[in-house]
Amino acid sequence: MKNYSKPTVFLLSLWPIYIITYQIFYNKLGPEPVDRIINYFGEWTLIFILLTLSMTPLKKITKSLEWIKFRRMLGLFAFFYASIHMLSYVGLDYRFDFEPLINDVLKKKFVFIGFSAWLLLVPLAITSSDKMLRLLRHNWKKLHRLIYIIAIFGSLHFIWLSKTILFKPLIYLIILLFLLSFRIKFKKST
Amino acid sequence: MKIYKYSEITPERIYNKRRSFIKSMGYGLGALSISSIPLINAKAKVPNEPTSYEDITTYNNYYEFGTSKSDPHRRAKNFTTRPWSIKIEGHVEKPLELSIEEVLSIKSEERILKLRCVEGWSMIIPWLGFSLSKLLDKVEIKSSAKFVEFETVYNPDEMVGQRYPVLNWPYIEGLRIDEAMHPLTTVVTGLYGKPLPNQNGAPLRIFIPWKYGFKSAKSIVKIRLTEKMPNTAWKNASPREYGFYSNVNPEVDHPRWSQATERVIGESILAPRIKTLMFNGYGDEVAYLYSGMDLKKNY
Repeated sequence: MKNYSKPTVFLLSLWPIYIITYQIFYNKLGPEPVDRIINYFGEWTLIFILLTLSMTPLKKITKSLEWIKFRRMLGLFAFFYASIHMLSYVGLDYRFDFEPLINDVLKKKFVFIGFSAWLLLVPLAITSSDKMLRLLRHNWKKLHRLIYIIAIFGSLHFIWLSKTILFKPLIYLIILLFLLSFRIKFKKST
Repeated sequence: MKIYKYSEITPERIYNKRRSFIKSMGYGLGALSISSIPLINAKAKVPNEPTSYEDITTYNNYYEFGTSKSDPHRRAKNFTTRPWSIKIEGHVEKPLELSIEEVLSIKSEERILKLRCVEGWSMIIPWLGFSLSKLLDKVEIKSSAKFVEFETVYNPDEMVGQRYPVLNWPYIEGLRIDEAMHPLTTVVTGLYGKPLPNQNGAPLRIFIPWKYGFKSAKSIVKIRLTEKMPNTAWKNASPREYGFYSNVNPEVDHPRWSQATERVIGESILAPRIKTLMFNGYGDEVAYLYSGMDLKKNY
C-alpha cells in the first residue's frame, strides 16, 4: 500500500488539469474563458500552498512522519500551478505585450505582490532536489521558510484583487493563519 | 462566378446570431425602431454585432443577488416585479408616481449599445428603451436641481445579496442633470425584443453607454432630483477606486483592472483584447458634456 501513496497523490494533484482540459474541450469555460482560466489556476495555486503547509501540522497531530514525504511534491505542484496562472495572464490575456504588463506589475499592488510570490517560489523549486538539500545543509531550511512569506503574499494577492470584501479570500486567509499558528507553537515548545 | 475570400464570408456563429437577432425583431417592434439602429451605431463607432442572449442573461454583476456573475441568473428567477411603481421626486414642480404599466406604455425603441464593465470586459446589447429625458420632462425640474439620483429597490427577502453588507443598500447611483437629459441616457425596458429579464434589472433600469456598467442602476423604484452630488454606492465603498463620473476612459487606470483594453464577452479563448475607446466610443455624442473638465481628476 505504502508504495502507491506517492503516485496516487501525484495523480490526484493533477485533478485541476483533468477538469480544465474537459472544460476547454467541451467549451464549458463560460462567457469570459481567459479570465476563468487565470482565476482557476490562481485559486488552485493557493490550495496547493495550503496543502503543502498542512503536512507539518498533520505530522504533529497524527504523530506520523508519513505526511512529510508528500510535502515536496505538493510544493512543486503549487509552483506548477502558479506558473500556469502567471503564464496564462502574461500569454493568454496580454499576448506577451510587456508594456502593459510591466505597467501592471509596477502600478497594481495585487499584481506586484502576486508576481513577487511567484518569483520567490522559483528558488524553492530549483532547490527542491535531494542533492540541493545536501548541498545547502542548514541554509536549505532557512531558504524554504520563504514559503510562509509566499503564502501570505498569495493570500493578500487574492484579497487585493477582490472588488469588495468577499467571503472566499478571507476563508483562505483564515486557513493560512491557522496553519501558520502551528509553526509559532512549535517554536515555543522547543 | 465570383470567388469569395474567406474574410468576406460571414462565420456561422455570427450568421446564427443575426438570424436570432432578426427573429427577435419580430416581437412587436415597428419599422421605426429598426431605422434607429444604424443611426445610433453609425455615430457610436462601435461594432454592432450583439453579444448572444445567453451571455447577456447569464453573466451579470448584480450584487443584490450575489457577488458571483452566475448568481443573478439563478437567484433572480422568482423576483417580484409586479406590482411596481416608480417615484420621481425631489427638486421638481410636479412629483410623480408612475406604475410600471404607465412607464412601459411609453414607446420603446431598439438601441444597440455597448456595455463596458469596470472589470475590463464588454458586451454589445440590443436594449429596448427610451431616453430618460422623456420621464424627466414630465415632472418639471426646478432650476435648483443639479443631480439625478437613482435608487434600486430594497427587498432583502428576495434579493439575498442585500442581507450582507457588501455595499450600502439600497444601491444608489447618480448623474449630473445634463448627463441625465442626454438622449443616450436610456430607460431600459427590455432586450433582444423581449421584456427585461430579472437578472438584467427588471422591471426597469437605466443604461448610460459611455460610463462603466455599475453606473447603470437596476430595478429602480425612485428617481430623485437633488442639489448635492448623490452618495453613489461604489464611490461610497471605495472613493479612491470609483469616482462619481466613472466615464469609460482608457487613460485613467484603475488599481485592479486595466482600462486601456478590454475582453469581448463571447469571444473564443484565443481572441485578443481590444482597445478601450474614450467614452466607450460615444465621444462624438457626449464629449461636450465634459469640456474644460480634467477627467483624470474627475474620474
